[in-house]
Amino acid sequence: MTMSEADLSVTELRFVRQTALEARPAPAAMRGATGWLRENFLSTPFNIALTILIVLLLVWAIPDLLRFLIFDAVWTGENRDACREVVQHRAIGACWPFVWERLPYFIYGSYPLDQRWRVDIFFAMLAVGVYWLLWLEAPRRDLGLLYCFIVLPVISFVLLHGFAAIGLPVVDTVLWGGALVTIVVASVGIVVSLPLGIVLALGRRSHMPTVRLFSTVFIEFVRGVPLVTVLFMASVMLPLFVSESYSPDKLLRALIGIALFASAYMAEVVRAGLQAIPKGQFEGAMAVGLGYWQMMRLIILPQALKITVPNIVNTYIGLFKDTTLVFIVGIFDFLRTVEVSRIDPKWATPVTSTTGYAVAAIFYLVFCYSMSRYARAMEARLGKGDRR
Amino acid sequence: MSIGVPAGAAPGRVAFYNDPKVRSIAYQIALCAIIAFLVYGAVDNAVVNMRRAHITSGLGFWNNTAGFDISQTLIRYDSQTSTYGRAFWVGLLNTLLVAGLGIVFATIIGFIVGIGRLSKNWLVARACGGYVETIRNIPLLLQLLFWYNGVLKALPDVRDSYNLPLHIFLNNRGLMMPNPVGHGGEDAMWLLALAGLAAAIAFRFWARRRQEATGRQAPVFLVGLGFVLVPALIYVLIAGFPYTFDIPQRGRFNLTGGISLAPEFVALLLGLSIYTAAFIAEVVRAGILAVSRGQSEAAYALGLKPGVTLRLIVLPQAMRVIIPPLTSQYLNLTKNSTLAVAIGYPDLVQIFTGTVLNQTGQAVEVVAITMAVYLTISLVTSLAMNVYNARMALVER
Repeated sequence: MTMSEADLSVTELRFVRQTALEARPAPAAMRGATGWLRENFLSTPFNIALTILIVLLLVWAIPDLLRFLIFDAVWTGENRDACREVVQHRAIGACWPFVWERLPYFIYGSYPLDQRWRVDIFFAMLAVGVYWLLWLEAPRRDLGLLYCFIVLPVISFVLLHGFAAIGLPVVDTVLWGGALVTIVVASVGIVVSLPLGIVLALGRRSHMPTVRLFSTVFIEFVRGVPLVTVLFMASVMLPLFVSESYSPDKLLRALIGIALFASAYMAEVVRAGLQAIPKGQFEGAMAVGLGYWQMMRLIILPQALKITVPNIVNTYIGLFKDTTLVFIVGIFDFLRTVEVSRIDPKWATPVTSTTGYAVAAIFYLVFCYSMSRYARAMEARLGKGDRR
Repeated sequence: MSIGVPAGAAPGRVAFYNDPKVRSIAYQIALCAIIAFLVYGAVDNAVVNMRRAHITSGLGFWNNTAGFDISQTLIRYDSQTSTYGRAFWVGLLNTLLVAGLGIVFATIIGFIVGIGRLSKNWLVARACGGYVETIRNIPLLLQLLFWYNGVLKALPDVRDSYNLPLHIFLNNRGLMMPNPVGHGGEDAMWLLALAGLAAAIAFRFWARRRQEATGRQAPVFLVGLGFVLVPALIYVLIAGFPYTFDIPQRGRFNLTGGISLAPEFVALLLGLSIYTAAFIAEVVRAGILAVSRGQSEAAYALGLKPGVTLRLIVLPQAMRVIIPPLTSQYLNLTKNSTLAVAIGYPDLVQIFTGTVLNQTGQAVEVVAITMAVYLTISLVTSLAMNVYNARMALVER
């Protein structure tokens, strides 16, 4: 190369350009908004057809949805007449006054009116705990763990169920309902299933044959049957297996069913995390003379649980959706309170059902979607170290 | 965990209760004792409780007359004479029907949405992403209730049914369609089509072998289609079409004739397919992303079109990643079909764990049988999965 360049400079060939041409911009049709449109929507006939199909679908669905939820919706009213086409003489969308009136029922169920402050305190305490655990820069997160898994359950039980000795009247669980029950069931599932799941996962990887056998059988059995049958078992068989004086109430039975069910799934998630830990970590821990539980507590579990956090949160999303199944064994969770309200004759209109389901959908969507965003953020954060 | 005593060290230096072997045996005996105690307590209480409730245990109820009606039966069932055992089979078949159809529809929708989510078309990718995020985050039970109470039960009643093309009617009693009635000769037509199918499969084998030997391709699909259709069509032309259609007739209060799909069935099928499809879409997307970009770039460099690249290069490699989680989604769909109980579709749980349990009070037996059915389905599927994985590992080298 240097040879030819030197030659060129010597002979000074004037007709050979010695500097590079500046790159010309791409044709107007290929850049900016037009280029983006062409690349994305109109690159091939098939692509054009797809674009048209989706646009038609959106044009068909979105205006109807907006009309129902907002423009044609009824915002104020006393009873069903406000939401009936024959009375109002106009197209009727969602019947929001029905939701306003029923909102306390959706949240508290039949919890006594003058005792509902106890539920509010429970919600506030739970929010503190959740925030403490999920916010990674929070101070003293070890205390947060203690708070969420030991302090909060005890206080909540006393608060919600009542304790006559300190002046809190007992509120029977039959009266609990709505979002309260949904959140209680989900929280109990979470608080029980994580420790139990860890124990089961360790058991399944244990060197002791009987421990491994019992753990494996339990996990595979529970994962092999539908939750509905587990709940049926908890609600019709459990009372048979304990003596009559200890017979658990309806809510407790469902809680036991959900907690056992979630534990089996959690065990598999934790086991996957344990399997991802290199053998050298175990060997290193043993080499410095740690016992089994010290090794697990100080070396293995902190690493395994850290990489499992996104999967744990995903399991909780599943658990949160599964709480709706307590509906089937006759417990008034959020969905059931909606289901009961929508057939209330006071609000019986053609749009009441759809309005109720829309509210329920928004409720679950908000909770599950924010959890899944959190799981994804955690995943991205954990992946950072690997992508250096 | 089990740190052995170093070789050559004098045995007996460690106290016996610190010996890992002794400890492990002691732990295991303790665990067995606790479980035995719990089981004994449970059985003991169950015997006492059942005696007090005057329930005789055992499977004696299996042959008793059921005496209740079932709205959808695939096999002959009669409330007056059929037994609880027969009701069990009716429920099991209904479960398998809705699960089988649900798996087919969920797979189709799931693959389309999963591939669409990776489309270069911004609109398509966003629409598919929106579908997955919305559907996955709403409980299935709520979706089923919505389809059943919010959509299908809100349809007009029989007199104002929607008239769809091909004499199909849609109303709040379900979907009513013409029923094909064979009048002799339909068996011959199906046999011809079946023979054609066998010939098509043989042709595919031959074409593949020839392609491997010479590189020449054959239009397998068109020829195969011809093998299946042409003999059957010739038969129809000669002997006449062997079916007549029993079309639903509008009576004064009801539509008579034809076959009808109950709204419970339609709602369950819709809900299960749409819900599971969102999960399958994610499985498919992850599988396709797991195939390295170099594969599709190399295919483009060889001059293959995007559709062909997807079909011949990407999907076959992605399938290895896709199939194990896909199977667990199929199992989830089957297990989720138990939610039928909430909208009254007569599946195994609704008939058996619902009605039969209430009538007989045999809680332990009924729940155990139901669980055994689902457990069998799960275990058989995971066994098949293990076999498949072993084969895949061999193919991989």
